[in-house]
Amino acid sequence: MSSYRLSHLKQLESEAIFVIREVVAQFENPVLLFSGGKDSITLVRLAQKAFWPSKIPFPLLHIDTGHNFAETIQFRDELVERVGVKLIVRYVQDSINRGTAVEEKGPNPSRNALQTITLLEAIEEFRFDACFGGARRDEEKARAKERFFSHRDEFGQWDPKNQRPELWNLFNGKKHIGEHFRVFPISNWTEMDVWQYIAMENIPIPSIYFSHKREVVNRRGTLLAKSDYITLLNGEKYEEKQVRFRTVGDMTCTGAVESDAATLEDIIREVSMARNTERGTRADDKRTETAMEDRKKQGYF
Amino acid sequence: MTNNSTIDNYLNMDLLRFTTAGSVDDGKSTLIGRLLYDSKSIFEDQLEAIEEASNKKGKEYVDLSLLTDGLKAEREQGITIDVAYRYFATPKRKFIIADTPGHVQYTRNMVTGASTANLAIILIDARNGVTEQTCRHTIIASLLQIKHIIVCINKMDLVNFSQDVFEKIKNAYLQFAAPLNINDIQFIPISALHGDNVVEPSTNMPWYTGGTLLSNLENVNIENDADFQHFRFPVQYVIRPHSEKYHDFRGYAGRIEGGILKKGDEVIALPSGIKTKIKSIETFDGQLETAFTPMSVTLTLEDDIDISRGDMIVKPDSIPHTAQEIELMICWLNEKKMQPGGKYILKHTTKEAKCIIKEVKYKININTLEPITDNRDVGLNDIARVVIKSASPVFYDTYSQNRSTGSLILIDEFTNETVGAGMIQ
Repeated sequence: MSSYRLSHLKQLESEAIFVIREVVAQFENPVLLFSGGKDSITLVRLAQKAFWPSKIPFPLLHIDTGHNFAETIQFRDELVERVGVKLIVRYVQDSINRGTAVEEKGPNPSRNALQTITLLEAIEEFRFDACFGGARRDEEKARAKERFFSHRDEFGQWDPKNQRPELWNLFNGKKHIGEHFRVFPISNWTEMDVWQYIAMENIPIPSIYFSHKREVVNRRGTLLAKSDYITLLNGEKYEEKQVRFRTVGDMTCTGAVESDAATLEDIIREVSMARNTERGTRADDKRTETAMEDRKKQGYF
Repeated sequence: MTNNSTIDNYLNMDLLRFTTAGSVDDGKSTLIGRLLYDSKSIFEDQLEAIEEASNKKGKEYVDLSLLTDGLKAEREQGITIDVAYRYFATPKRKFIIADTPGHVQYTRNMVTGASTANLAIILIDARNGVTEQTCRHTIIASLLQIKHIIVCINKMDLVNFSQDVFEKIKNAYLQFAAPLNINDIQFIPISALHGDNVVEPSTNMPWYTGGTLLSNLENVNIENDADFQHFRFPVQYVIRPHSEKYHDFRGYAGRIEGGILKKGDEVIALPSGIKTKIKSIETFDGQLETAFTPMSVTLTLEDDIDISRGDMIVKPDSIPHTAQEIELMICWLNEKKMQPGGKYILKHTTKEAKCIIKEVKYKININTLEPITDNRDVGLNDIARVVIKSASPVFYDTYSQNRSTGSLILIDEFTNETVGAGMIQ
């Protein structure tokens, strides 16, 4: 039967396509949360596959912290054009102006947590009932217990102790009015799977994932990129290093790694030898042991 | 340097899903920690984080269970509450571990973890031998039709690596498991704490030659576990682009849940019973001549017939059962007891229908598999044989033939919660 065997990447792909189609069949108004990172880029490709030759039947939603890598925004706009999908952008700055969000104080005020507020406001504004996210269970210990179909109450909150059991491939998307779901089609993928898939499929990704020269400051072990949103502390200075990013997020909390990886194959080799998790470069996870669980309960991605 | 052999490698890797049930006392978390650690799947920052957490708790050793216990409540109480999924890979296979708690009050989590597993690891403490918990885990694995079981007899270091102890436990287990019809059971003597026979072969047990746990996981043959005989295609979604280029395109999207399909094959649409032929098998990457389970594809048909979500496309020589009254083994997942005569929403493949519980035939004693007939109250974690009646016909196979077309869930129509998991008998 060996000719009827699917490789692990093809099995993961088929599972993700199944989940994406299930959402469009079960919900009225889904949206794909697009960050410009490799995971949401992979999701867009999977959504294209799920509905081809139709276009993707839902919009992308980008919650813009204002602290962006310029390369990511340019990439996002090109992708939207190429794929032919609708993009909605909502700004954290607008929530701050409205007074629904309050800027953090300190030398690198992160808008990472504020994204949750803007996201929940956008969900209410557009009445989205299912939001696709690119989160993976291998990323973080709280995410290891996340469902494919993750129920959120009318306040957008996650209750980890009271999750619906999820058996076989039978996904229950039933909900009361005002509630919504977060759906994670690539739950079972690892960072390595995503890179292997991007290489196999030849999917374009933003240039900041590849090695480049950049001025960075080393803040408690995290290499933060020089930007207008960071104030140097006493004794800190910018240095030029050969770096790349393993994740793409808010510039104030996304750390770079020193790397010479210039191609996808280089990255795959680097990831296979990496001794730290990709979220190890995220200052937002280091705040407390259960930082991710706490944020997720509030309605974070 | 483009390394083609690296690419070929990962394009050819297999996927194996396995479940581990047990408690911290059996050394389950230590075993998983050992698999992840020795296969270099634990990262330094994860190790540092659990070292720090272990120190905070005043433990003298690094508590590998902290790797798997992710939720705050679990870490506080030192127990695993929920199913946690773990991932690791070797050059040969990628592994997905559904790590589930072993106590009886978490049967629903064991069932959840087992529902997608190809293989189950059963852990036995060499000092205690086969216990009630061992039996329960094995019975659940057999009910969920897990085709392969690896029994790890752990803590061999505490019984002087004795072959005699190993053989006695093995025989006791085989005797207990004989009526369960599990066709592949392997036994491995290990010490998860010291790593004997987990990833590295043990030098302490020269009498054992059956290979390490990891090599067994890498080599177990799962290719024939899926049903390639009976073509099953539950329609998930109808694709109609309405674009200029694809003006008349009408495709049926879904995942092949059994069997093999070729372009030109004659098929039948259920429930209409109308016959037609496969015009094309479409994917984003081009048309296919052949497709098979578990691929997600889109089918176009020679004739324009009315098909929608919840219908099933099959072949004329292998029609599934069609019925409204179905007998199943059900695991109850909710605090609120099953209501005999109560109405629920049934979800089976891509189909949904209302149903009622017609009869509870018996409950089973999950430690012995014996039927219980004097108490037919079905509550949380109970497993029972029931008859349900659906408002519309269901196209199904028995669970032992096909896990996808033989399984269903029940949903409470008021709370929307998933309350029951059924395996069609």
